[in-house]
Amino acid sequence: MQWEVVVGLEVHAQLSTRSKMFSAASTAYGAAPNTQACAVDIALPGVLPVANRGAVERAIKFGLAVGGAINRRSVFARKNYFYPDLPKGYQISQYEIPVVSRGSVVIQVGEREKTIRLTRAHLEEDAGKSLHEDFHGMTGIDLNRAGTPLLEIVSEPEMRGSAEAVAYAKALHSLVRYLDICDGNMQEGSFRCDANVSVRPLGSDQLGTRCEIKNLNSFRFLERAIEFEAARQIAVLEDGGVIRQETRLYDSDKDETRSMRSKEEAHDYRYFPDPDLLPLQISDAWVAEVYATLPELPQAKRERFVAEFGLSAYDAGVLTASREMADYFEAVVKALGGEPKLCANWVMGDLSGILNKEGLAIGESRIGSARLAGLLRRIVDGTISGKIAKEVFEAMWGGVGEADAIIDAKGLRQISDASEIENILDQIIAANPSQVAEYRAGKDKLFGFFVGQAMKATKGKANPAQVNEILKRKLAG
Amino acid sequence: MLNSSLKELAAMLAGKQISSVELAGEFLRRIKALNPVYNAFVTLAEEETLKQAQAADEMIAAGRGQPLTGVPVAHKDIFCANGWRTTAGSRMLGNFVAPYDAHVIERFRQAGTVNLGKTNMDEFAMGSSNENSHFGPVKNPWDVRAVPGGSSGGSACAVAARMAPAATGTDTGGSIRQPAALTGISGIKPTYGLVSRYGMVAFASSLDQGGPMAKSAEDLSLLLNVMVGFDPRDSTSLQREAEDYGRDLERPLAGLRIGLPREYFAAGLSTDVERAVQAAIGEYRRLGAQTVEVTLPNTRLSIPVYYVLAPAEASSNLSRYDGVRYGYRAPEYRDLADMYQKSRAQGFGPEVKRRIMIGTYVLSHGYYDAYYLQAQKLRRLIARDFSEAFKHCDVIMGPTSPTTAFNLGEKSSDPVQMYLSDIYTIAVNLAGLPGMSIPAGVGDDGRPVGLQIIGNYFSEAKMLNVAHRYQQATDWHARMPEGAKAGG
Repeated sequence: MQWEVVVGLEVHAQLSTRSKMFSAASTAYGAAPNTQACAVDIALPGVLPVANRGAVERAIKFGLAVGGAINRRSVFARKNYFYPDLPKGYQISQYEIPVVSRGSVVIQVGEREKTIRLTRAHLEEDAGKSLHEDFHGMTGIDLNRAGTPLLEIVSEPEMRGSAEAVAYAKALHSLVRYLDICDGNMQEGSFRCDANVSVRPLGSDQLGTRCEIKNLNSFRFLERAIEFEAARQIAVLEDGGVIRQETRLYDSDKDETRSMRSKEEAHDYRYFPDPDLLPLQISDAWVAEVYATLPELPQAKRERFVAEFGLSAYDAGVLTASREMADYFEAVVKALGGEPKLCANWVMGDLSGILNKEGLAIGESRIGSARLAGLLRRIVDGTISGKIAKEVFEAMWGGVGEADAIIDAKGLRQISDASEIENILDQIIAANPSQVAEYRAGKDKLFGFFVGQAMKATKGKANPAQVNEILKRKLAG
Repeated sequence: MLNSSLKELAAMLAGKQISSVELAGEFLRRIKALNPVYNAFVTLAEEETLKQAQAADEMIAAGRGQPLTGVPVAHKDIFCANGWRTTAGSRMLGNFVAPYDAHVIERFRQAGTVNLGKTNMDEFAMGSSNENSHFGPVKNPWDVRAVPGGSSGGSACAVAARMAPAATGTDTGGSIRQPAALTGISGIKPTYGLVSRYGMVAFASSLDQGGPMAKSAEDLSLLLNVMVGFDPRDSTSLQREAEDYGRDLERPLAGLRIGLPREYFAAGLSTDVERAVQAAIGEYRRLGAQTVEVTLPNTRLSIPVYYVLAPAEASSNLSRYDGVRYGYRAPEYRDLADMYQKSRAQGFGPEVKRRIMIGTYVLSHGYYDAYYLQAQKLRRLIARDFSEAFKHCDVIMGPTSPTTAFNLGEKSSDPVQMYLSDIYTIAVNLAGLPGMSIPAGVGDDGRPVGLQIIGNYFSEAKMLNVAHRYQQATDWHARMPEGAKAGG
């Protein structure tokens, strides 16, 4: 039987506010344990929550960006359960009425586009951390993270397989960073996914029983976990078994998922509206204000790059994956005054290559957009060839200086003087009579030999187009 | 001095007839003499009290005194005060020293009052007799066999026995008004949202409201001026222009329309209380007021509604007492679940556990709609009854409690009987309205009777005016229990 894998994702995006969802404590990552937990965060008797306006604003921004409905009145609710890193014994979340309803995200699967609908996005606070190591049979509690604002973004089960799920997660990741509402740092847990996975016979319109895999904090783990889980479910079903609804954990060391708790063991969270917080009211004016701050979004930018710069959909997709890369690319084009394809090739090619190699973000590039444009300008005006440009690029990266200075210092200026090239070619033809004869007898492949000799003689500086043209004429005799 | 009004005390302080240190010392002396009998205070911090008094004296000397600067005030042990043990009457918080001030405490500090001590209360404000305190019951100064009411029983007793000129309380279903009634003092629960709940140990967030307890309406007005104020740390705190709650005290009552709810004078009300309340209403007629019968048909639902909503909120509010970060932790346990269970089993008393269980049950999957949601709907109906009634009257009057103070142990084995003692007060909290109780005579047993005055939202100044005019015409509020005289 052929199976279809159905995936829905719940993504927790940590909102980039300076203070917490309901307290004034800092959200900065990496502080010494419990130094960023105030009276409200540790739930002292008598303390009360106050909603963070900045977090609400970010949620509105997200809702507008995905075309969702911004609910003018939403309700904070308490999700009750006991755990040592949950100081109040409940998490403040949104339950019946979230801040954002519906909306959608367009994903790219290869050259194909697919729209994934969202169910909702709601505001909530994070829990602290339980540290089970280094405490000799005890558990350490760090409440620095307790109360950090999260936007939980819930999709419909509309992804088919791990590739679509990863594409969706990446699209969301890109979107929240475009919107500047989340730093997207997956290692630090600022963007993490729970995947609801089920399988069904291909062609069926009934959803299978799902399992939820918790806390996937990299795209690769997301992909691996879904693939393992789908294969597990298929094996169970093909063996005549049934899937039990349960929560599972992905173990990246063993590359497998395993059961955490069954549906029967699931908590009864006893949700009810938080009486300490009034319903969250959002005015039309506030929505309009936030709308005015929306940047150009990835999809619109992608479409514009195709239309305005004549790039392929693929190139446009790569360049718009992050707002920083798109901005860098546009800055290069602007500084150069055109040649978008050349710029795209360099940004996606040599620049991205070295950034990846050195693990740097584009914002940390040692060659800024204006300097790269300075280099490309010399390709465009024929001063250097593309091949020489790579050498210059490397020197620039190494901190030697600007493109022009390097070209001059190393004498890399391209030889475009036709008479000089003719002289060189004449010498090569004279020195290689047998190859000339063979070429003229029909061995066309030898053309490259002569080009190679010319480049060797000029240390690669000869203008390749001119070499080709003159050589053809001369060999034709 | 024991019967002096706050205004008189303030005048003595301002005129340097007495210093704040002397005044605080005198009340501390009385507390030490009387508290072994009444158990009204659970924590004293004499040195800190005198230090605050000293600071108040300096403020006065520097000409920076405010209306209540230097006046000692006792605080219900539900308000966190920086550096003070704050127990909420529970073993769970028996060792908890608050590292911060509640908004109310902050306001009193700014006003220059002196914290006289922390008063006993039913555990987490759950109770109507003060028998649910981990620190033992409080006795009624009018008769030590009787309860003082609850949950602000310690504050009520402290004021009634003249161990403090004034005190703070909190009222979730009657916890200021009922003990005020049972001990013959005055107390007011303001409109929900006027007094910040920040730093007030939560029982039921949507109902809890702090308020003052004192000997007279005039005193209450001065205390309310201190306690009321917007607090950005409490999302339910109301941002309103400051008002002087004493501005209308002297206004004549001619033309005042008093609504008498039919349901408050029905079966269940003891005849001696009814007689006293009717006499008080007669006094109001003499003062020029008219009475009109009103109806609050959903009153009978207020107890069941309250005992769904308040425990629901409490079950969640009290989840933080888990033995992990502060408060009581069982000395021995096997694992995490065992630690939770033992710490909470040993740390909470029976009434608190009962309400946590009720609250957990009504919020459970499958029961939420039937209990919590239904109760919320009924809550709106109860509030609507009042807004209908206020179309026909300016204030509503009736008994605060169906009986005078009952005896210790009399109702403690029957929770429902205990709950019924709040029949007239609970609806006010459900509606978020202001309510107060003033002394209005005594019952057959010689124990005080309280007259409840319920006003429309934000009508505290009017209510205090109504109460004050009565207190000018009568002396019930000025009477002091015999036992208090023993304090010398």
